[in-house]
Amino acid sequence: MKKPLISVEKCKGCGLCIGACPKKILEMSSAFNKQGVNYPKCKDEPSCIGCKFCAMICPDCVIEIVETDEPGGKNG
Amino acid sequence: MADKILYTRPDSIRDVKSHYCPGCGHGIVHKLIGECLDEMNCREKTILVAPVGCAVLAYNYIDVDGIEAPHGRAPAVATGVKRAQKDKLVISYQGDGDLLAIGTAETIHAANRGENITVIFINNAIYGMTGGQMAPTTMEGQVTKTTPYGRDVHDVGYPIRACELLNTLVAPYYIERVSVHDVPHIVKAKKAIRRALQNQIDGKGYSFIEVLSMCPTNWGVDAQTGADWVRDVMQPYYPLGVFRDKDAEEASRVQ
Repeated sequence: MKKPLISVEKCKGCGLCIGACPKKILEMSSAFNKQGVNYPKCKDEPSCIGCKFCAMICPDCVIEIVETDEPGGKNG
Repeated sequence: MADKILYTRPDSIRDVKSHYCPGCGHGIVHKLIGECLDEMNCREKTILVAPVGCAVLAYNYIDVDGIEAPHGRAPAVATGVKRAQKDKLVISYQGDGDLLAIGTAETIHAANRGENITVIFINNAIYGMTGGQMAPTTMEGQVTKTTPYGRDVHDVGYPIRACELLNTLVAPYYIERVSVHDVPHIVKAKKAIRRALQNQIDGKGYSFIEVLSMCPTNWGVDAQTGADWVRDVMQPYYPLGVFRDKDAEEASRVQ
């Protein structure tokens, strides 16, 4: 299963990743990080196709895309 | 089995928090340069000439040797570095105030001499570091701190198109304009930067990459609206594409 790993403490909360996600599975969390901004979270990890769009557009290198061998992904 | 990492921060980008505002295009372009340097295995021989502007601390984020140029003089400093250290990869990284306002003379003459350097030009249509004043690239009617009623082109002139300007010169080897407002364009921007760096390694001459970028803070919008503004307002005036490619010209002449 592919999924984004978001280093929330480094995030500045610009939200470009949310607009870039083709599956629209990222949304702004209502929680705050230590910088005092909301950060994105993935609301439906099994739907992630690992396209890396969110990570590529992130200006602060906050998002990593990882492939785990957990079962249950809709897209392998 | 451990997780397999498919995409992460390039090695050439330091794991530090940058001072850039949320949604700023500088971070994206830094990352692209870092990825290119990693892929080309050129990090150890790269010298980055930083401008005055928001990217003044670029060498704190891109993990290469750096030198700071006086305002607008990055191409002149890069010329000196390259002529003294011919085996190094010299990148002049500049914003629109640096490259097209105070540094216009240096920019044009470095291009006209065909110096074997790579210039990365970040065009965000405003002066970012000083708080959002009008830049030479500010769009017609755009509201800034110094044009509160919008840029009046009859008073202060029209926005300057850097690629078209440099394309009138004979010497430049490669000139392209790209954008980083969405992912497909980021992929194209990376290809252009890679090409420009490869031209320098091959000793071909002056390569100039203009990157249309976002400055959401000084435009007074959120990051996504800023990206959309690049697409809807800047791109029609600053058309993307390759303006000069002497490789292609050479190939068509042979045929």
